[in-house]
Amino acid sequence: MTDTVIKCESVYKIFGTNAKKMLQEANGNVDAKTFQENGCIVGVNNASFEVLKGEMLVVMGLSGSGKSTLLRCISRLTDATAGKIFIEGQDLLSLNNKELIELRRNKMGMVFQSFALLPHKTVVENIAFPLQIKGIKTKDSIKKAMEMVKLVGLDGRENYFPRELSGGQQQRVGIARSLAVEPDIWFLDEPFSALDPLIRKEMQDEFLRLQEKLQKTIMFITHDFDEALKLADRIAIMKDGIIEQLDTPANIVLNPATEYVKKFTEEVPREKVLKIEDVMEKPNNENLSDLKVLRNEIIENVAEKILTQEKSVSVIDENNQIVGTVHPSKIIHTVFGGKKSND
Amino acid sequence: MELLKKYPKLFQWLFLLVVFFTLCFAIDVPETYKFIRGQAEFIKDPNQSTYTLFGAEVRYYAFDVFWRLPPLLGWLPIWINDSLFFLMNDWMPIEFWNEDTQEFKTQPLVLQITRNLTSFITFLIELIREILLGGVETIVAFTSWDWISENSWAKLPGLPWTIVAAGAAILGYKLSGKGLALFAAIVMIYISIFGQWKPSMQTLSFILVAAPLSFIFGLSLGIMAFKSKRVEKALYPILLVMQTMPQYAVLVPAIVLFGVGDHAGVIITMVVAVPPMILLTLLGLRGISPEVIEAGRMSGCNNLQLMFKVLIPTARRDILIGVNQVIMVCFSMAVISAFIGAKGLGFNLLLALNQLNIGLALEAGLCISLIAILLDKLSLAWANKQTDYFGNLTFFQRYKNTLSFSVAILIGIIFAYVGSFYFKEGFNYLYEIPHNKGISTADFWNKGVDWIWDTFFQTLKIFNTWLIVDVLQPMRAAYLRMPIVATFVLVMGAGYIIGGIRSALTVGGLTLFIALSPWWDRALVTTYMATFGVILSCIIGFTVGTLCFQNKHTTNFMLGVCDIFQTFPSFVYLIPVMMLFGVTDTSVLIAVVVYATIPATRYTIEGLRSVPSSLHDAASMSGVTKIQRLLKIEFPLALPHMMLGLNQTIVFALFMVIIGAFIGTEDLGQYILKAISDKKGAGIGLTLGLCVAFIGLVFDHLIRTWVEKRKKQLGID
Repeated sequence: MTDTVIKCESVYKIFGTNAKKMLQEANGNVDAKTFQENGCIVGVNNASFEVLKGEMLVVMGLSGSGKSTLLRCISRLTDATAGKIFIEGQDLLSLNNKELIELRRNKMGMVFQSFALLPHKTVVENIAFPLQIKGIKTKDSIKKAMEMVKLVGLDGRENYFPRELSGGQQQRVGIARSLAVEPDIWFLDEPFSALDPLIRKEMQDEFLRLQEKLQKTIMFITHDFDEALKLADRIAIMKDGIIEQLDTPANIVLNPATEYVKKFTEEVPREKVLKIEDVMEKPNNENLSDLKVLRNEIIENVAEKILTQEKSVSVIDENNQIVGTVHPSKIIHTVFGGKKSND
Repeated sequence: MELLKKYPKLFQWLFLLVVFFTLCFAIDVPETYKFIRGQAEFIKDPNQSTYTLFGAEVRYYAFDVFWRLPPLLGWLPIWINDSLFFLMNDWMPIEFWNEDTQEFKTQPLVLQITRNLTSFITFLIELIREILLGGVETIVAFTSWDWISENSWAKLPGLPWTIVAAGAAILGYKLSGKGLALFAAIVMIYISIFGQWKPSMQTLSFILVAAPLSFIFGLSLGIMAFKSKRVEKALYPILLVMQTMPQYAVLVPAIVLFGVGDHAGVIITMVVAVPPMILLTLLGLRGISPEVIEAGRMSGCNNLQLMFKVLIPTARRDILIGVNQVIMVCFSMAVISAFIGAKGLGFNLLLALNQLNIGLALEAGLCISLIAILLDKLSLAWANKQTDYFGNLTFFQRYKNTLSFSVAILIGIIFAYVGSFYFKEGFNYLYEIPHNKGISTADFWNKGVDWIWDTFFQTLKIFNTWLIVDVLQPMRAAYLRMPIVATFVLVMGAGYIIGGIRSALTVGGLTLFIALSPWWDRALVTTYMATFGVILSCIIGFTVGTLCFQNKHTTNFMLGVCDIFQTFPSFVYLIPVMMLFGVTDTSVLIAVVVYATIPATRYTIEGLRSVPSSLHDAASMSGVTKIQRLLKIEFPLALPHMMLGLNQTIVFALFMVIIGAFIGTEDLGQYILKAISDKKGAGIGLTLGLCVAFIGLVFDHLIRTWVEKRKKQLGID
């Protein structure tokens, strides 16, 4: 499996003085309550998953669910209490400080919720900072940083100080900084949470545009379920340090694994999340209408067209091959039916 | 009962005061005690402590522990002296290679260390001094006196004042712009033509060694404390005591360890300047958001890069305040070090004050203050400097500062050379204007002082007499009349009400140390002077601060004024008050009031500023008047911050009271000053210093505890 970029095997992170001992005694069966009574706080509880190359994994959870802690374990900003983490097959926890620094300088980039810009450096200096830390000459690093400034659309503001920028602009600087070293792995810790809704949407679109262009391997942390649905290839939903469900957005909406996940999915307008392929049936020999829809079309966008038909509609892939069929009633059921069944 | 439930603390305080005053009135001055020394001290009268019974003399043991405690700590100064002597002369003898005699010599370790430190710092001072003024000591350090006397050409020539002035202006321009350049030039030219060049450069060289060393030490210790809890815990008590330790008190042990001279001055300056630097470094580093640190780590910083490229620049604001403090302390100490033989403006200032030549003192003081302000502004500008990456500069533009400095050197040398032909009588004005040949305004000022005295003598005297007879003396008597039990009840009671049993024990312990020392009465006098100063300063500072806060411009103006006043070395404050009130307690108290008003004003303004603007709006929407808003919203919320100002005011007042000993007070400071000229004064000086520090710490502890509780209640941080 050369495709796996990040791999976690039963990662635990427990805060507290005798966390390690307690974990050994618990024998892999960690109960947050008993730990808390003994003065330990469970951050991450038995997390195992993989992130593939070019994939965007969104970790969703409310505050205190351990999502940021999980990210910090994988970037080794904190050391996991137990478990194994592999970055491109390399055992992260066995790296010494020097190797870790090398890894961060070349492979990793990270964006922070509160931007974490250096207040004494201008926009361009902030972006050039990781490059200069690597030892690249000032002139070259500034040149590269200017490219990044253009990429995130901050031209003309390169000499501003962070305090002179709006929140959205500051986060653009943060994004540019994290991309300056051209990392393979991109960590984003609630990058848009501190922004206004309109700016947030704009930044999300911008982010999708960048990702389409750059195709990084991404771990994205958010507490906003809609944001997760919009961006993710796969979503991991966390609660009390445990990953409740890890699946594609469609599967999470259609088949929530636990009650907790269900609560999130209830309010979600399915037609905005699900694609045609999520609801289509195997092609059979029934009579089809003339309308053809692409398999990866969001339902909302084609619902109106499909509903005008009486017969099933054929679903095609990019090569114009028929891969399935959808009956208008299925669409109606998807849009309205799901909610009723919850009552 | 309703009231009691609503304000439980109020009744605790009332109860405390009632007990305190009852004790004060119930306990009479025992007959065995007498009021002596300008009514500044009670001592036990030995003549009355015995009486005769059936023809035999019986010791009379008055039960007077309620009144004063016996000086049980009298052994401490002697013990400190003996330990210092032992350290310097007998402890850990180790063989050292002696360069001069080319043989091994046995010397105590501490002595050797202090010797080496001394010669290192002396070398640094002399190096800078001789670059500025010329001399041979630096070359001697590498060769020998014999070699110098054979080669009379071998000496540093010293820079003509024109070059130094031009250099300062160019530096100012490079760091900030035309304004600072102009200011630098004016300061330098002023110093030169008023004949203060040599002492100014001596002081400057002192500071150029002391300030960077203090900065480096303070920063590194601050970083160490940030990285290790253990270091912080070890440093904390020392820092706390050093913050309230009067600067005089450190002079005395320094003489024992390092002798007299500029180097000793530099070392004490470091002792005094490093603690605030450590505290502010720590404060700044603590204040950095963890995400910034993580961002640094994720950018691939190693530990060094993280510290110097991320942490320190991000904590820049607090560290700069630290630098500012260091410079301030350095100038203060440049004057005070003159007591132990540091040369320069400070020495001239002390000399002039001793001769009551106010005019000369004023000139020296003005020079010191000007240099202080200049260095302060230069260091600030340096820290805020930005690099321009995109400017497409020509060679000339890029190096214009270096080029113009080279030109300045050239022109300066030519001028000086030409001058040596032009001025035949031995003084080359274009090289250095000698001390007695500059323009002197001393006479003018002295005449002014005389005129003030002639014109306002009666008014001033009436004021002076009134203040002393009707206000100060009764106040002092009241303080001295306080029985020790009452004092303990008051102090520990306050501690208990504010911070519980722990606080009560802490302040009680600190007070006990002073009470058991031989100087309890003197400490009371110090406290009374400080209290008087603090009360007046607070009233003034509070009023001025509140008034200024009503308008944005006056706010900024006032903060600017505070900045400038803070830069003045503390000793300078004595000059104008001596001018007006001569050598009396009034002078000291007025200096105390002026000096201590600075923090009072500053913290009032900053406290009011810290009230969130959303609250202002909320208040306005509730329809409050300006006065109501001030009383109901702003003051209560600003109070914790303002109390920190009170804390600073007390520390400043104590410092000034002690420095006022130079004019002649009857308190602890006087004894410290005496200890400087005492051969065995080190122990006394240190113990006295601790007494003063502990007075400060008692207030510090009470105020801080209160502020922390209050902040928690209000939910502000």
